[in-house]
Amino acid sequence: MDDKIVLKYTVSPDDFTRAGEASSNVKAKLKQIGVPPEVVRKAAIAMYEGEINMVIHANGGEITVTISPEDITIVLADTGPGIPDVEKAMQAGFSTAPDNIRNLGFGAGMGLPNMKKYSDIMNIDTTLGVGTTVTMVIHMQ
Amino acid sequence: MTLQTLVDKEIFTSLYLPEHTDTEITVPFCCDLLSIAMSRAPAGCAWVTVMANMNTLAVAALTDCACVILAEGTSFDEACLNKAREQGIPVFSTTLPIFEAALKVWEEISQP
Repeated sequence: MDDKIVLKYTVSPDDFTRAGEASSNVKAKLKQIGVPPEVVRKAAIAMYEGEINMVIHANGGEITVTISPEDITIVLADTGPGIPDVEKAMQAGFSTAPDNIRNLGFGAGMGLPNMKKYSDIMNIDTTLGVGTTVTMVIHMQ
Repeated sequence: MTLQTLVDKEIFTSLYLPEHTDTEITVPFCCDLLSIAMSRAPAGCAWVTVMANMNTLAVAALTDCACVILAEGTSFDEACLNKAREQGIPVFSTTLPIFEAALKVWEEISQP
């Protein structure tokens, strides 16, 4: 028996009003299947930050969420510019977001640090000019 | 304190209230930077902010805020209010500054 649930989403570029829809959808799904509230919150926050990053920096992208009895795996794949210095991007407060993004209340340099904070495992695979794939795993417990 | 108690006190103007108003409000929370609110807003909080856009609602929904209180006379446009209805997020507005609005919530929560 296949006990995994796979959900796929497309994140549209430059559409801030819709950012968060995929995360909300995943949140509702996780709640519905009885995942503990703290795990749901972690997954929702980590994924929303990822969605926002894709809108700001990468012209959107694709998100695949795999839910198994053991964990939730969120793969955020884009074909954006890539991250020149991952270590720097991981520093809280470092941001390359433009002013219009800051005016919306984002761009504080918290995105990737938050994603790391709320996931149990996070891996960033990035190539300049090709794109970035961020994989996050959140354990169910 | 429940959402209904806050409504009954008439401290803030209700912009949208869901059908069920028995949600427990645990604590006021003040923050205008959505990135920070995202990681720090406690579940069940009354989130006081001047940041009135669509993303405020996304953050409120994902962090399980009990309600959003728009301070300093800020307000949502019709599209945002529709989103609040859709997501079932209670929204209030007030001309009070953020601190004073949060203090009112705190005082009500602290009532014996």
